[in-house]
Amino acid sequence: MSTSRLYDSELGELQRRLVVLRVGLLLVVALLALRLWHLQIREGPYYRDLSENNRTRSVILEPARGLIYDRNGVLLANNVPSFSLYVSLEDVKDREALIEQLSELIGIDAELVRKKLAVRGAKQLPRKIKDRLTLKEATLIESHRLDLPGVMVQVESRRNYLGGVAASHVLGYVGEVSAEQLDKPEFAELHQGSIVGQYGVEKFFDQNVRGMAGQKSIEVDALGHEKRTVQVEQPHAGDDLYLTIDARLQKVAEDLLGQESGAIVALDPTKGDILAMASRPAFDPNVLSRELTPKQWVEIVQDEGRPLNNRASQGQYPPGSTFKVMMAAAALESKTVTPASTVFCNGGYQFGRRVYHDWKATGHGSVDLRKALIHSCDVYFYTVGQRMGIDTMASFAHQFGLGEETGVELPSERIGIVPSTEWKQRVKREPWLPGETISAAIGQGYVTVTPLQMASLIGTVANDGVTYRPRLVRAIMDRTTGQLQELAPVPKTKLNVKPETLKLIREALAGVVTEGTGGRAKSSIVTIGGKTGTAQTAALRTGPEKDIPKKFRDHAWFVAFAPVDNPKIAVAVLAEHMGHGGSAAAPLAKEVIETFVKVSAKSGGTADVSLTQSQAAHAGVR
Amino acid sequence: MIDRMMDRRGLDNFDLRFLGLIGAILGLGVLSIYSVTHDQGGPGLPFFAKQMVWILLGAVAFLVMLIWDYHRIARLAYPAYAIILILLAVVLFEGKTSRGAQRWIPIGPFAFQPSEFAKLVLILVMAHYYSKAPRVGWLQRVVIPGALMLPGLLLILKQPDLGSGLSFMAVYAAMLLMVGMRSQALGVILLFSLMLFPFAWEVMWGSLHDYQRQRIMAFVDPNYDPGGKGYHALQSRIAIGAGELTGKGLYGGTQSQLKFLPEGHTDFVFSVFAEEWGFLGVLVLLLLFVALIWLSLEIATRAKDELGALLAVGVISMLCFCVVVNIGMTAGMFPIVGIPLPLMSYGGSATIMTMASLGLLLNVKRRRLSLFY
Repeated sequence: MSTSRLYDSELGELQRRLVVLRVGLLLVVALLALRLWHLQIREGPYYRDLSENNRTRSVILEPARGLIYDRNGVLLANNVPSFSLYVSLEDVKDREALIEQLSELIGIDAELVRKKLAVRGAKQLPRKIKDRLTLKEATLIESHRLDLPGVMVQVESRRNYLGGVAASHVLGYVGEVSAEQLDKPEFAELHQGSIVGQYGVEKFFDQNVRGMAGQKSIEVDALGHEKRTVQVEQPHAGDDLYLTIDARLQKVAEDLLGQESGAIVALDPTKGDILAMASRPAFDPNVLSRELTPKQWVEIVQDEGRPLNNRASQGQYPPGSTFKVMMAAAALESKTVTPASTVFCNGGYQFGRRVYHDWKATGHGSVDLRKALIHSCDVYFYTVGQRMGIDTMASFAHQFGLGEETGVELPSERIGIVPSTEWKQRVKREPWLPGETISAAIGQGYVTVTPLQMASLIGTVANDGVTYRPRLVRAIMDRTTGQLQELAPVPKTKLNVKPETLKLIREALAGVVTEGTGGRAKSSIVTIGGKTGTAQTAALRTGPEKDIPKKFRDHAWFVAFAPVDNPKIAVAVLAEHMGHGGSAAAPLAKEVIETFVKVSAKSGGTADVSLTQSQAAHAGVR
Repeated sequence: MIDRMMDRRGLDNFDLRFLGLIGAILGLGVLSIYSVTHDQGGPGLPFFAKQMVWILLGAVAFLVMLIWDYHRIARLAYPAYAIILILLAVVLFEGKTSRGAQRWIPIGPFAFQPSEFAKLVLILVMAHYYSKAPRVGWLQRVVIPGALMLPGLLLILKQPDLGSGLSFMAVYAAMLLMVGMRSQALGVILLFSLMLFPFAWEVMWGSLHDYQRQRIMAFVDPNYDPGGKGYHALQSRIAIGAGELTGKGLYGGTQSQLKFLPEGHTDFVFSVFAEEWGFLGVLVLLLLFVALIWLSLEIATRAKDELGALLAVGVISMLCFCVVVNIGMTAGMFPIVGIPLPLMSYGGSATIMTMASLGLLLNVKRRRLSLFY
């Protein structure tokens, strides 16, 4: 026998011990089953959610911004396709390595990417890193997709301003919503990378134009690459705007200013529609809507010409003699003078120990109100101003909308200064000096106004004392309903001035053009009423105009309306450092008015053109 | 000799059940591999087809190990061990590197993994040694077998292949407990503590900070989880948990289909199965494994001699260890070490070796009756 007894007992012993293995096996398998029960049954739903999150990603579908048209349906701003670069944080394992890869591939600024990835927001939402990728950049990224988990290139629409610099201050520009903006309630529904209006109408009407972002849920694989679309919530395009601007008039106004600094505002006094609002120097909103480097930004902001400044609504200048339009009304209404009362002008006005000079050293002789306006006699208004006092002057100025917001739909409108005793005490903490009243009476001293205020003022005079709120948008095309909603003009105030006073002033202003200082505004095709102004910028000047360095020269003003008997347009022209209003500003106003008359004749009246059905229908098709 | 005659009768009921269980588990394995890799392109045969080739080769190995008398096979233990040691050494110098470890010897288009076969050879060596040696005193019971195991273990750990190394030690420990230890009490305690190790480990492991774990894991197995930070472990837990009661269905496992779970067809095939078939499927699979091991224990209990019993114990302990540790690691009870799930994970060497081991088991069973003429 090969098996001994001992051997048998050894085998038996071994085989008895196998019981331990059986028990152990059952125990361990029971524990495994318990663990799996815990994972799959007790925590199953939790892990199910995790696996869903793992595989689905949200992609934001940016809405197309509403289009912007001029009053006649001429397209001013639209959208063109563009590639944007997004990064989905969930899929990025090593952020720094990714940033390095990206900057190597497309030369993107690493610091900027870091900042963008750090912006607050839901983790599932991808971050927009760069827009306006070139085709080459987009191709480069797509071809390196496997090495760039979490990186997506999306086609989006970006803003395009067809006219470049044209009407740039009115249209404004767009840009990515900033981190600070995101914290404000009005941007609550937005997210990092959203495009919002940052200036002009784009900013003021952003809520209408911006639309609603959609979202797409996609299933991705472990590298974050899209496998299929799970659910789509389409974006809603923003509403279209129809401006009050007439592109033809706008172009003429801008060309008239050319390389010079200044502003031209033309409006329809019967509705408040701003037909043209030019401000020069201008900027190209296509450039500003792009992502600018800090250096580029500083260059634009620190540009001496201050191109970002909308001189029409934000430029504050002494009104000079254009102020006399308001002064004339104030003088009659406050019964300081009658139309017939005269003042003798010998070229100077003695007040205390100081002599205030008239612009015409030899004087105008005996002048009444009409003649004082026509020849812009300073001494007459020195006298009148001195008689009525600064506070009466201020209260009439406010009635005419000076020192007040016009209410135009532009962000950061400035209101200028209408000085009064109360104002000086409050702001300067000094008492009013009587001599200061004399400067104020001819629109100098502390008085400042914006060209828009002056356009509105002359429009009020032209429109029998009724002021309409100047407006830039005449209709909004609602994208969801397809309805074109015409906005009603808003009458703002009615002057407490007798109609015959305004009529007298209008006649005098017509005289300014036919026989006075505004002769250069005389037109052969339309009757124009207007007032020149020359705003002094430096206190003391000697020698002829051409010897003075340009930056110390006077600003030239001209405010006008036409036709005289049934005014349809009011214009304010301000040309910085161009000298006399009569020579530098009046011809510009004439040109704008004549253009207005011509285009109105062609299209049957620009102020009254209704949008045709075809234009509205065309707008519906992007 | 009569007692070494092959049992020439046909397959009995036991054999059929045994083969049926093996076939069922293999089938589930192929199904899961197919599910994960069916949409993967690439040259050559798809994974599931290759796995079927491995199973065919495994069936040949099964038959070889079944037909030869296990006493004859055991006599080849030492030469086989020598060959394996040489191959393990060759791997270190000439091996194919994958995931940072050198484990494979390329043979044509295939890669041969000696460390898998080393497990089976170790079982042969241990069984052969214990059945022949007088087993008196610590030296012969513990130290000499330990010394026998050590060169293989060191070569495997050098690759590094922590999973195979642990299986190696488990086989040694299990056989030591079965025959090497005199004290039943000590044996029982040791065995239990071995089986409870995963849970003790979880408590200990769970108390560590992530970076501490990473350091430890980087020390023992620097290349297993290069993406790092417990990504595999988490994705595997998510896959299993997301299966819930009934699973997401075939091809429905998003974790593995979308490649969130890496190695879905190899070490993490259990997670794929669990995600697609849920807790119910998992219970069925566990029952299949338990039944297979139960039958194996039956073979060990009824083995006619010590060599047979020892071989059976070796194969059983290896199977148990791999099943428990693999499922434990995919379920997040255990750190991730590279141990495939026997009969299910894709892989030629492991499949062939496991099937050969099972052939050896059946060999032991088929010859026990011959003892009684």
